[in-house]
Amino acid sequence: MMTDSAVNDAGKFYVLEDPHHEEAHAHEPPTMLGFWVYLMSDCLIFGILFAVYAVLGQNYAAGPSPADLFDIEMILVATFALLFSSVTFGFAVLRMDRGDLRGTLLWLVVTGLFGAAFLYLEYKEFSHLWHLGATPMASAFLSSFFFLVGTHGLHVTAGSIWLIVLLVQLSQRGLTPANTRRVMCLSLFWHFLDLIWIGVYSLVYLTGVLL
Amino acid sequence: MSNQVEGAGHGSLHSYLVGFALSVILTLIPFWLVLGDVMDNKVWAVVFIFTLGGLQMLVHIHYFLHVSLKVDEGWQVMSMVLTILLLVIVLAGSIWVMFNLDENMMPAHDQIERARSLK
Amino acid sequence: MATSSDPHGLTSGGVDIHPFWGKLSWDVFPFYDPIILSTFIGVVILGLAVVGAITYYRLWGYLWTEWFTSIDHKKIGIMYMVLGLIMLLRGFADALLMRGHQAMAASGSEGYLNAHHYDQIFTAHGVIMIFFVAMPFVTGFMNYVMPLQIGARDVAFPFLNNLSFWLTVSGAILIMISLFVGEFSTAGWLAYAPYSGLEYSPSVGMDYYLWALNIAGVGTTLSGINLVVTIVKMRAPGMTYMRMPIFTWTALCTNILIVATFPVLAATLALLTADRYLGTHFFTNELGGNPMMYVNLIWIWGHPEVYILILPIFGIFSEIVPTFTGKRLFGYTSMVYATCVIMILSYIVWLHHFFTMGAGANVNSFFGITTMIISIPTGAKIFNWLFTMYKGRIRFETPMLWVMGFMLTFVIGGMTGVLLAVPPADYVLHNSLFLIAHFHNVIIGGVVFGVFAGIIYWWPKAFGFKLEPFWGKISFWCWLIGFYLAFMPLYVLGLMGVTRRISQFEDTFYSVYFIIALIGALFVAAGIGAFLVQIVQSIRKREELRDVTGDPWNGRTLEWSTSSPPPYYNFAFTPRVYEIDAFAQMKREGFTRPTTGFVPIHMPHSTATGVVLAAILTVMGFALIWHVFWLAAAGFAAALLYGIGHTFNYDRDYDIPAEEIRAIEDKRSAQLAQAAE
Repeated sequence: MMTDSAVNDAGKFYVLEDPHHEEAHAHEPPTMLGFWVYLMSDCLIFGILFAVYAVLGQNYAAGPSPADLFDIEMILVATFALLFSSVTFGFAVLRMDRGDLRGTLLWLVVTGLFGAAFLYLEYKEFSHLWHLGATPMASAFLSSFFFLVGTHGLHVTAGSIWLIVLLVQLSQRGLTPANTRRVMCLSLFWHFLDLIWIGVYSLVYLTGVLL
Repeated sequence: MSNQVEGAGHGSLHSYLVGFALSVILTLIPFWLVLGDVMDNKVWAVVFIFTLGGLQMLVHIHYFLHVSLKVDEGWQVMSMVLTILLLVIVLAGSIWVMFNLDENMMPAHDQIERARSLK
Repeated sequence: MATSSDPHGLTSGGVDIHPFWGKLSWDVFPFYDPIILSTFIGVVILGLAVVGAITYYRLWGYLWTEWFTSIDHKKIGIMYMVLGLIMLLRGFADALLMRGHQAMAASGSEGYLNAHHYDQIFTAHGVIMIFFVAMPFVTGFMNYVMPLQIGARDVAFPFLNNLSFWLTVSGAILIMISLFVGEFSTAGWLAYAPYSGLEYSPSVGMDYYLWALNIAGVGTTLSGINLVVTIVKMRAPGMTYMRMPIFTWTALCTNILIVATFPVLAATLALLTADRYLGTHFFTNELGGNPMMYVNLIWIWGHPEVYILILPIFGIFSEIVPTFTGKRLFGYTSMVYATCVIMILSYIVWLHHFFTMGAGANVNSFFGITTMIISIPTGAKIFNWLFTMYKGRIRFETPMLWVMGFMLTFVIGGMTGVLLAVPPADYVLHNSLFLIAHFHNVIIGGVVFGVFAGIIYWWPKAFGFKLEPFWGKISFWCWLIGFYLAFMPLYVLGLMGVTRRISQFEDTFYSVYFIIALIGALFVAAGIGAFLVQIVQSIRKREELRDVTGDPWNGRTLEWSTSSPPPYYNFAFTPRVYEIDAFAQMKREGFTRPTTGFVPIHMPHSTATGVVLAAILTVMGFALIWHVFWLAAAGFAAALLYGIGHTFNYDRDYDIPAEEIRAIEDKRSAQLAQAAE
């Protein structure tokens, strides 16, 4: 049995107060920081792919070059599709903050549709290039192009799958803290992909066609 | 009833709309530069495109990702700054190193240079 | 098709790919090679014995629920150490094979290894030692010790922690399988292009390498994210950054390095994988590929990697030296700054690994200068340890012996590194045995010595009894003598011009040096044997060696305030911190251990997802290696579905009832009371 003074002594080097009060304040889930750090590592992967494109992107191997291949108008449409999807995801988050489940689901679906439009345009471009014989196996430029743009597209695809899974989970359980955390993580992921796309269209498409 | 999750900021309708408008402008200008074949000096056009792209990235970081020093006791910004620093090192370093290596070691390099300068 | 360097035709580009079996056939088993075959038989017998023993003692249930599915950072840390130790035996066997063969070959005989086999051995030795020995050991320490040092109950993402471990095991399993099914890569531990590309290495060996590292790399990156967030978010109240133990500081910088650099490895290996599986031209000789870009990228990863290996070790020494000197660490602030500076500078030195590839004088000079600069903060650390010891009361227990060995050996290795940093000198010494001697000097003198020091230091905390010192000291002396005998001759040989990675010699002039090196390797083997004996003897004598106080060395940091081993929740009440060396302060000012007022503690459930996912990915990796594409696709789909399914499980946590905590803490009170008598 501890005396009052002993309890006070223990309180000097140990946190004796109700931990639920402390925990809620001091230890909010570290998920957001963890996901952000993961995004930074993903950024570095893209950085390497950009570096590879920068170094190998002019090795056309006597084959087609960007000016021969890229349809800049279509890329502009795709860029807007992705930009719209970013904004609509923002609207979804705003609805979520208001506790509006239906609004959240609606705007997430719209986001998914814009994302699907982006992916469709990318798929069209890739298959068109493939049919022209401009495959990733044809030159280092094409290898770097397909890998960089393709990795971005794979990320958008993964994000879209995640979006669908989240739609199911939100419909099942509503806007619980765990689910709102997941929506925020996907939100970071989605915006981040739009950010990477800015680099892609600037370095690959626009610069490629100019030089 | 607000369901705010501590940590990442959430912004407002206003911030998303402003960010959207700025992004649209910053996207249209470089595309117009290329599609309209507006500038003669291609090198300056590329510099312009990258600058506008960089600006748009900042717009996204502020208005969409809501990056701020208050999040996670500054670790969000610090990790982003470190990542950007490393990207600069890796990109600049690789381009510099590979340029020098290609010049000294790649057999076809001279011929490619000569072909390029013929244009 | 058989060639002179590959008499069994395993590298044939003309292998048919069967729609169901891929490249698999009966030829993939090593019936042709007596060394590998006898190893295989030995491993099978040993494996059956182990599996049989576990079954006989009915331990499968225990292993599954208490260890394999555990999300407890302490259990995961111990499992990493076990993995590292098993792979150390495999990697060291490779070393003995090489030393024995080279001693014979340099003395005029042909040796017992043909070139193709020898090449696989040095490749496997490097890959295993770096990725599956050093990394697991270092990760194991950080996993076990750091949360206890910061007063936390687990890491930030306990499930991810479990997954990271099993992904690493998956990679190790693929490497081990390569010994018996097919063959391993002959391209060296970094697999330079274009040799590692499809044209020059068409066999499955390179694919084993790629998939093992692709999978294990994901685990390491996730672990890095996990531990960074843990340190940032879960420190005890009052533990500001400048009050963290130095080991925690080095853990923070190391994990930042991991997050910042493993993506580079992932991307680079992915590009090489694409070259091999899709026929792209990133690193090929034709159609625009640039093999030098591979070398550039892989070393952008490779140099920070070696700092990932050594920084935690510096942290371990920064804990051991103050404890066994009875003094606070000298120059805490400068240690922190030195660690952070090393972390940043490690990104601007990478080209010193390929001075001779031809970037020219300007580039070489820049990187030569940065390489020399990075030696300075490390030097500052050595001085800080020396100043800590100065006028202290040093206890020469076994961990301190390893510290002494480290100080001398690592400094010599560092100096030869600075020598190599001079580009003109490197032109003579690049890829010679001098280089081999240098990096073994710093890795063995640094990482290995530090690992053994750390094992002996923290073993009592993890298992409740000390390791007995007699065999520990024998192990140390064997390692120390063995290292110098094995590697000092290599410095001489390198200066005389002997190249690395060669298995045949024309001139027997070098013979005596190789024989001395072999004797050194045998001493090291004795050191490893003594270490294993030490463990067995300590387990047998564990009651005599029992640690009942939880603080067997008069430690200074918070992990020593728990029982040995700690309860699974680590701390019944979160500690409060006021200064550096928090536990030393608690002891100095007299602290009271709380024995009432326990409240339920929130803890995560164990989970099978990590084991299952890693198992599926191992099968998928094996299928990709052997081009059994239907199985690879099925594996990928299964992993994806299982992972998504896991996210539908929201019931991840539970509360430990206060009565259970009270029971455990009462037992500890009784143990402490008994110890005080």
